[in-house]
Amino acid sequence: MSAFVEPARMAGHSGMAKGEVLLRVDNVSLSFGGVKAITNISFDIVKGEVRAIIGPNGAGKTSMLNVINGFYHPQEGTIAWRGKVRRKMKPYEAASNGIARTFQNVALFKGMTTLDNIMTGRGLKMKKNFLWQCLHWGPALTEENEHRRKVEEIIDFLEIQAIRKTPVGRLPYGLQKRVELARALAMEPELLLLDEPMAGMNLEEKEDMSRFILDVNQQFGTTIALIEHDMGVVMDLSDRVVVLDYGRKIADGPPDEVQASQDVIDAYLGVPHEH
Amino acid sequence: MLYREAGQYKTSYQSDQAIFPIAQDRWVVWAFVAFAFLVVPFFVNDYWTNAVLLPLLIYGLAALGLNILVGYCGQISLGTGGFMAVGAYASYKLMTSFPEMNMIIVVLLSGGITAAVGSLFGLPSLRIKGFYLAVATLAAQFFLVWVFNKFGWFYNYSMTGQITAPDREVFGFLLTGPSALPWVKYLFCLTLLAVFALIAKNLVRGRLGRNWMAIRDMDIAAELIGVRPLLTKLSAFAVSSFYIGMAGSLLFSVYLGAVEVGEVFGINVSFLVLFMVIIGGLGSIVGSFLGAAFLVLLPIFLKNFMVDGLGMLPTMAKHVEILLMGLLIIFFLIVEPHGLARLWQITKEKLRMWPFPY
Repeated sequence: MSAFVEPARMAGHSGMAKGEVLLRVDNVSLSFGGVKAITNISFDIVKGEVRAIIGPNGAGKTSMLNVINGFYHPQEGTIAWRGKVRRKMKPYEAASNGIARTFQNVALFKGMTTLDNIMTGRGLKMKKNFLWQCLHWGPALTEENEHRRKVEEIIDFLEIQAIRKTPVGRLPYGLQKRVELARALAMEPELLLLDEPMAGMNLEEKEDMSRFILDVNQQFGTTIALIEHDMGVVMDLSDRVVVLDYGRKIADGPPDEVQASQDVIDAYLGVPHEH
Repeated sequence: MLYREAGQYKTSYQSDQAIFPIAQDRWVVWAFVAFAFLVVPFFVNDYWTNAVLLPLLIYGLAALGLNILVGYCGQISLGTGGFMAVGAYASYKLMTSFPEMNMIIVVLLSGGITAAVGSLFGLPSLRIKGFYLAVATLAAQFFLVWVFNKFGWFYNYSMTGQITAPDREVFGFLLTGPSALPWVKYLFCLTLLAVFALIAKNLVRGRLGRNWMAIRDMDIAAELIGVRPLLTKLSAFAVSSFYIGMAGSLLFSVYLGAVEVGEVFGINVSFLVLFMVIIGGLGSIVGSFLGAAFLVLLPIFLKNFMVDGLGMLPTMAKHVEILLMGLLIIFFLIVEPHGLARLWQITKEKLRMWPFPY
């Protein structure tokens, strides 16, 4: 546990109370040509919860995340962020609105060091203009040092001090995933989207990562939406679960309820064809 | 043994982020800068400035500019020659239209004009990437050279189609024209290069530089953490073109004095500067200088060695020189594909352990 981090300071900036609806997806449909990726899906994410999105391969989970952070624009339906309805949004607008994200296949900046990767995540918070940056002196230097301090807090929190100056291309996979989480945290997001944060990890790494996710949620008050295939992890971590199958929502509710649902069992185990 | 960082503790983020965090590096660099500024000017003559130092400094500046675009932002450009021509013609028009203007302002304004033109030709980079972008910038190269040949306004309707630098002074010392003193030219170019190398380093270690590298390494992820692709790419094109424009301006006004656009700023210059960047090391400030030094100094050294040392005929030596240069480029790229800067870095890492590497 990091003693440096005051929860109140890093918690979301909108001042929304815990339990209010942070994001609501209404009747969203997305198709690529004739292929329907998402069909008429509605759900919501409330402030302060851990929301899991699960489903078999190709169910449309990643597409859903891409819709939320503005990478895809749905043909139908609306998305309400903090109560404000929007149809279209550019990814960097989503970023400046407090939505951060990690990727299924690690999308770090391979040529840069861990420190620079995380510092890039602070870019939106840095305001000093081009001329000050040319001089790297005065206000620009003060700003750089302030943000370095914040980044060091995150580095301490995720226990990656030793790899601070290592180019991320040289790091093992588990650590790369952790650096990616660090970069997303550096944005001080209100909503953090995690796309399979534990894919390809061994048991110990999974346990570490689960602990980090819970700590982020509890200490920083960050709302988390995660996609994960490891059902044990999903059931333990999440407050509520959405289940997708072939682009449709087949269940939504607390983990136990979803686990017992016949539709979910059918989707995962398959059903015999009826003749 | 001498190159040890043991015992050098950093107590602030500022000193940890310094350009040369190791004290020995700092001493060497300061000694080198002092030598270049305080000793060399007393010994330079016409041969040294014109054959060695000025091309080194000017191409160093151009390579630095291109490295910002290609090495740091990952956008390939083959328009360098065209952009240098913009810098040269801009400074010619400024020098002839405003005879009283200080040469420093002329060079900076030429850079500014080139930055505007460069960002314009950088617009396609939003849609196209990699080799396709290289082809699009190639269009800039041919188009710009054609423009400067076609419209008489650019060369003040002179009979030859050439542009010739008039005599201009800087702080009372004659800088351009045939009777300018070598040390004035040398110091002028050196000062500009030193100042702008520092600015480049500051930019690439700040927010803008990190955004450039983010776009280079993974543009989708960069966009999702709030980097705006349009602004970031165009700023790289603008800054890069600013440097290249200044290099073109210096090449014309201080170094050559008279220029015919097709000969001096042709496609081969674009390739030359790109090779400097690749051989020197993509994404490295020192690499730009190493690359420029490699491609400017080595041919001179080879020529002197073969003509004076081995007694070859000059024409024969020229051919052998081209052959050897090609071989050396291939050799160095096989030894270290990441360029001379990486080689230099590895040497330093080994030196830290020396003489007991285990």
